[in-house]
Amino acid sequence: MILAAVFYLFAFILLLSGFLVITARNPVHSVLFLILAFFNAAGLFVLLGAEFIAMILVIVYVGAVAVLFLFVVMMLDIDFAHLRKGAMQYVPLGLLVGVILLTELVISVSAWQFNSLSQQNLAVPEIGLNAATNTQALGAVLYTQYVYAFQLAGLILLVAMIGAIVLTHRVRPGVRKQSIESQNARRPEEAMEILKVQSGAGIS
Amino acid sequence: MSIDREIEMFLAFAWMLGHIIVLIVGVLLGVAYLTYAERKVLGAMQRRQGPMTVGPWGLLQPIADGVKLFSKETIIPSQANKIVFLLAPVILFALALVAWAVIPVDKDWVLANINVGILYLFAISSLGVYGIIMAGWASNSRYAFLGGLRSASQMVSYEVSMGLIIVCVILCTGSLNLQEIVLAPRPIWMQIWLFPMFIVFLISILAECNRAPFDLPEGESEITGGFMVEYSAMTFALFFLGEYANMILMSAMATTLFLGGWLPPFGMWFLDFVPGIVWFGLKTCAILFFFLWARATLPRFRYDQLMRLGWKIFLPLTLLWVVGTAGLLLAFDALP
Repeated sequence: MILAAVFYLFAFILLLSGFLVITARNPVHSVLFLILAFFNAAGLFVLLGAEFIAMILVIVYVGAVAVLFLFVVMMLDIDFAHLRKGAMQYVPLGLLVGVILLTELVISVSAWQFNSLSQQNLAVPEIGLNAATNTQALGAVLYTQYVYAFQLAGLILLVAMIGAIVLTHRVRPGVRKQSIESQNARRPEEAMEILKVQSGAGIS
Repeated sequence: MSIDREIEMFLAFAWMLGHIIVLIVGVLLGVAYLTYAERKVLGAMQRRQGPMTVGPWGLLQPIADGVKLFSKETIIPSQANKIVFLLAPVILFALALVAWAVIPVDKDWVLANINVGILYLFAISSLGVYGIIMAGWASNSRYAFLGGLRSASQMVSYEVSMGLIIVCVILCTGSLNLQEIVLAPRPIWMQIWLFPMFIVFLISILAECNRAPFDLPEGESEITGGFMVEYSAMTFALFFLGEYANMILMSAMATTLFLGGWLPPFGMWFLDFVPGIVWFGLKTCAILFFFLWARATLPRFRYDQLMRLGWKIFLPLTLLWVVGTAGLLLAFDALP
């Protein structure tokens, strides 16, 4: 009974904050509601007993991705009221995309729901994994059966990372950046000159 | 449901609540006396006395400070975003307390002995940045905003190397459960191999807590008070409490990961009669002393130096160490 109540609490806040993400006037508030939505999703995962996924969701999405979102949105100085003016004309297009996505989701989920094979797999995806902890169960599947897919995902992420660095890394002229190597390589002999100054004569 | 079962459930609930209250009061007292210890240690290192007048040896000073902050007026800037402005210190403080749920304080004294304890700790500590970034944004002030931005990029940068260090420890112990991490056998070669990571971890938690020499988000000389310039009275006190509670939390985390938690030091089994919580407290205090020591002796880093240290030195080093740890464990067949 308590579990059900907690589930409805999390689900309600999740849906509400998801709705507020797209309706909030201030973009920073949108991101904050997005974070709340992530949190409640993590809570739902915990209720399902998927503690590992819940924690990873919080670490990756809330701890890293949303911080960058907030960072960028905070620094943008955009008049959103101005941008919003013409937004109504795109509503039919948005609705169309939404309806297509919803239909596809319903079709795929129902096909999966009525398949007897997937119903068997639903309870115990792998024999013997029932007793193991979450982390062990995930590792045992991910690094054996799906190792190639896993490596491929890693490679795709690597390519994305290198791409981002290549796109943003450029040599800017005229920047007086500290060069630590050349600073450390400097010796007293080349950096300074000791003069014997006669009293009253000064240095030419 | 029978009446016996209900009473049993109620007792379990009351026991849990008592646990929580004891833990929170303990942490708050720790925070209060950490501020006292900080002033005394700084005083001793600078050949001063520190707080002396309130109570014997100035021992009541933290309480006097608390009462002072409590009785002041809370000022909310008129241009500030009120809800976010007030939410920020609350979030920071609550997160610093929530994380204590999984810290094993003694042999069988841990509030929630969950399987993914270390991930939970890491997740909570990575959320601390929100309190600061929200404070910086909601204050609607240039100084606060700059402080918030600095803090956000600093904490995100050092989290990366912290995560990799945690991976090293997990590889050696073979569990994400904090109690099992404490109890995992650690041969001497493993301790030596992990020692450099302990040093890097100590420096990273300095940066993660925004403490000197990495206290750029506050940087009095450049941005006055950073993200908390606009805060006063209780909202300021909450920030202060949250910051110090975070320091204690990070020290407890380092103790659990590297110093063997509540076990007696150096495997001295004849000291087993001392309660584990004493060892846990002593080890945490030792790391806290390191925090204060660093503050008293080191000048503040420049921002580009801070970023260079995080991304160009710690990140490659810790990444290398993860690969090295995995390789060593595999080569010597020591995988847990």
